[in-house]
Amino acid sequence: MYVAVKGGEAAIAASLHLLDEVRRGDPAVRELAVAQIREQLALAVDRVMAEGSLYDPELAALALKQARGDAIEATFLLRAYRTTLPRFGYSEPVDTERMQVGRRISAIFKDLPGGQVLGATFDYTQRLLDFGLLADEREPAPQPVAAVAGEKAETGVAPALQQLVAEGLVEPAVPSAGDPEPEDITRTPPAYPMNRATRLQMLARADEGWVLGLAYSTQRGYANTHPFAGEIRAGRVPLELVPDELGFAVEIGEIELTECQMVNQFVGSAVAPPQFTRGYGLVFGEGERKAMAMSLADRVLRADEFGEEVTSPAQLQEFALSHGDNVEASGFVQHLKLPHYVDFEAEMQTVRALRQRHREAEE
Amino acid sequence: MEITQEQRRGWLAVLARAPREALARVAGPVLADYAFEWLRRPETGLTMVRARIANGGDRFNLGEATVTRCALRHAGAGGATVGVGYVLGRDAERAEWVAGLDALLQQPALHAPLMAAVIAPLAQAGEARAKERHERAARSRVHFYTLQRGDAQ
Repeated sequence: MYVAVKGGEAAIAASLHLLDEVRRGDPAVRELAVAQIREQLALAVDRVMAEGSLYDPELAALALKQARGDAIEATFLLRAYRTTLPRFGYSEPVDTERMQVGRRISAIFKDLPGGQVLGATFDYTQRLLDFGLLADEREPAPQPVAAVAGEKAETGVAPALQQLVAEGLVEPAVPSAGDPEPEDITRTPPAYPMNRATRLQMLARADEGWVLGLAYSTQRGYANTHPFAGEIRAGRVPLELVPDELGFAVEIGEIELTECQMVNQFVGSAVAPPQFTRGYGLVFGEGERKAMAMSLADRVLRADEFGEEVTSPAQLQEFALSHGDNVEASGFVQHLKLPHYVDFEAEMQTVRALRQRHREAEE
Repeated sequence: MEITQEQRRGWLAVLARAPREALARVAGPVLADYAFEWLRRPETGLTMVRARIANGGDRFNLGEATVTRCALRHAGAGGATVGVGYVLGRDAERAEWVAGLDALLQQPALHAPLMAAVIAPLAQAGEARAKERHERAARSRVHFYTLQRGDAQ
C-alpha cells in the first residue's frame, strides 16, 4: 500500500515546466498544430478515440499533442475529460448498412455483391521507407477520376453475408426476446460472467495491442475459431438520437466506423443443422486491425453459448476483458512508483528479523 | 400547411451534415433578422453511441461522442415555433444555427423560401461531397481473379 507524502512542491512545479519544454521539442522546429495531427496522424487519433471511448477527433488530436504522442496517456486524458461532461442519453443503434464505404472487402466472395473497394490501405505497400516524405512539402499526384465519374454516390451497401444468412448457412443476427437494454459499463461496474453485448463494449474500448494479442493467441492454437473475414467495411455512418424535446429520432451528424463480420467455426446439433457462426468487431474511426482482432476475441468468448471447451486464456472472460483496459492497467502498474515507504520498511524489518534468526540457528 | 415529421427529420439531417463554414454563411444572415428566446442554452455533453451485434442482434454500447444541444423559441407570424439543435462535437454556434433555422422552417410563411434558399443548396453541396467521396473510393474498386494451380509461375 502506498502512503501520502508532503513536500516536493518546487520540484513538481519544475517537473511540469520541463514537461512543457520537452513537449515543445526544439523551438527551431515549427510547432505542430492540432489540426495537423487530426489530418495527418489520423490513425493515431482514431485509436485514441476508440480506446478513450469518446468520439471527438479534435479532442483526441489535442490529447495526442499534450501527451507527446503517448497513445495510452492520450487515452487517459480523453477518459478524464469525459467525466466532466453530463450524459445526454443514448443514440439510436447505428446501422452499418447505411455506411458510405471508403473501403469494403471480403475474403470469402470473389464476386462480392456490391463490389470490393480497396480504399486507402497499407496492404499493398511494400513497407519500404519513402524517403520522399523527408522533404518538407509534397502533394500527392492528382489522379484521374474519369473512369467512375457519373456513378451515383452509394448511400448504403447491402451486407456481404445477407445471402448466406437467408440460406441459413450463417447464423442470423437478430435481437434476443424483448430487445434487451444493454448494460453500460460506464454506469454499472462490470460483473462476470458478462453477456455478449457488454463484452463488446469492453472490447471496443480495450487496448488494441491487448486485443490483437488475444486474437493472435486463438490463431496459434490457444482455442480455435476457424475464422474467415466475411466482410470488412469502413466509412461514414449517420448518427441519430431522439432529443428530449422531440418524440422522434433526428440525425446529428456522421461518424466514421470500421466493422468486421468474421465467419467462424460451424456448429450443429441433433436438433439444429450445422451453420457458420460469427464474430463481430466494430470500432470508432479507421481501425481495421482492431476490428478484426475484436471479432476473433468476440467469437472465442462465446464458448458457453456453443458448449465449447474452455482451454485457453482468450476464452476466459475475466482474464481477457478485465486486463484490456489500458487506462486501468497503466494506472495499476504505474502506481508502483508512488511511495511505499511504510510497506517496504515493515518488510525490511521482517527480513532483518528472519536473517537474525537464521544466523543464530547457524551458530 | 402541415409540416410532417419526415420533412423535419430531412432538414435537420441536412443541417447536421453541413460543414461549419457553409452553415455559417447561410445561417448568420438569415437568423440575424429574427428574435429568439432560449429554452435551453447551448450545452455540450455526451451521447453513448449504440450499435447492434453483427448489425442486427442485441444492442450494445460502442462508446460516447461529444454532442452539443440547445433549444429556442421563435414567436412569429404563424405562432410560436420551437427549434432544436443537436450536433456532434462541441460547437455551440453550430447548434444555435441549427435550432434557429429549425424554428424558422416551421413557420408557414418562411418554410418554402428557407427550404429553397438554405436547405436545398446545403443538401446539394452535401450530395456533391458524398459523390466526390464515392468517386475517390470507387477508383480502387477491384476484381480479383483466382488462378488455376500452375498459372502463377
